[in-house]
Amino acid sequence: MSTFGSKRLVVGAHYGLRDWLAQRITAVLMALFTLALLVQVLMPGALGYDRWAAIFSQQWMKVLTFVTILSLTYHAWVGVRDIWMDYIKPVGIRLALQVFSIVWLLGCAGWAIQVLWRL
Amino acid sequence: MTDSAKTRPVFTNIHVTQIVSYRLPPAGIVSILHRISGVVMFLLLPFVVWMLDNSLSSEISFDAFTNVFVAGAAGIPGWFVKLVALGLIWAYLHHFIAGVRHLWMDATHSVSKAQGHSSAVVTLVLSIVLTAALGAKLFGLY
Repeated sequence: MSTFGSKRLVVGAHYGLRDWLAQRITAVLMALFTLALLVQVLMPGALGYDRWAAIFSQQWMKVLTFVTILSLTYHAWVGVRDIWMDYIKPVGIRLALQVFSIVWLLGCAGWAIQVLWRL
Repeated sequence: MTDSAKTRPVFTNIHVTQIVSYRLPPAGIVSILHRISGVVMFLLLPFVVWMLDNSLSSEISFDAFTNVFVAGAAGIPGWFVKLVALGLIWAYLHHFIAGVRHLWMDATHSVSKAQGHSSAVVTLVLSIVLTAALGAKLFGLY
């Protein structure tokens, strides 16, 4: 990319559009998961352990849940990072909170994927 | 530095501590609640994964999962666990509906003051009504 001339990009870190789009794509994926789960939960019959576990044991549901876990992790990262950037000005505290957020989100994602994959 | 650069107005975000003193229109309330509901779910994420884990892992853990809402755990009473779950339900519903509102506005470009107002009111009413309905079910009112 040229760093001079009339096409020169003078704005920030260029992740605005990418994050805006990612936020929407991940949201749609999570909404699809919500609908898929809701339809199966609302099927007639008592919702005990067997039926609940059977829903998540299907291979397509595992794949959809896995994609949802990854979507949620990225979606929450973008959202929480925006909040830290808006409200927390001291660089040191902001960095610490961002590191905490990454650990928090990746920890939860790993745990959830583990639950899913031993089913 | 030129004069115009010196007098350039400075716009800052509304700080968390200032929220209460601002009189927000419905769209503003939806917006800040979108943020708050997101933080609530972020902070309660380990609880969500704990529920996923215990409800799915085995019949024994499933019973432990359902029992937490009745008998509580680690000194936390069951009604409080239900209250936290209700908070999660509200956060999910609000975040979901406000998110769909965003997507709808993006897709249709139907951004006007009147539409922003009415869709914000719909978001608030729908999320609260659904939360109340599910909350009544959670606390065994029907």
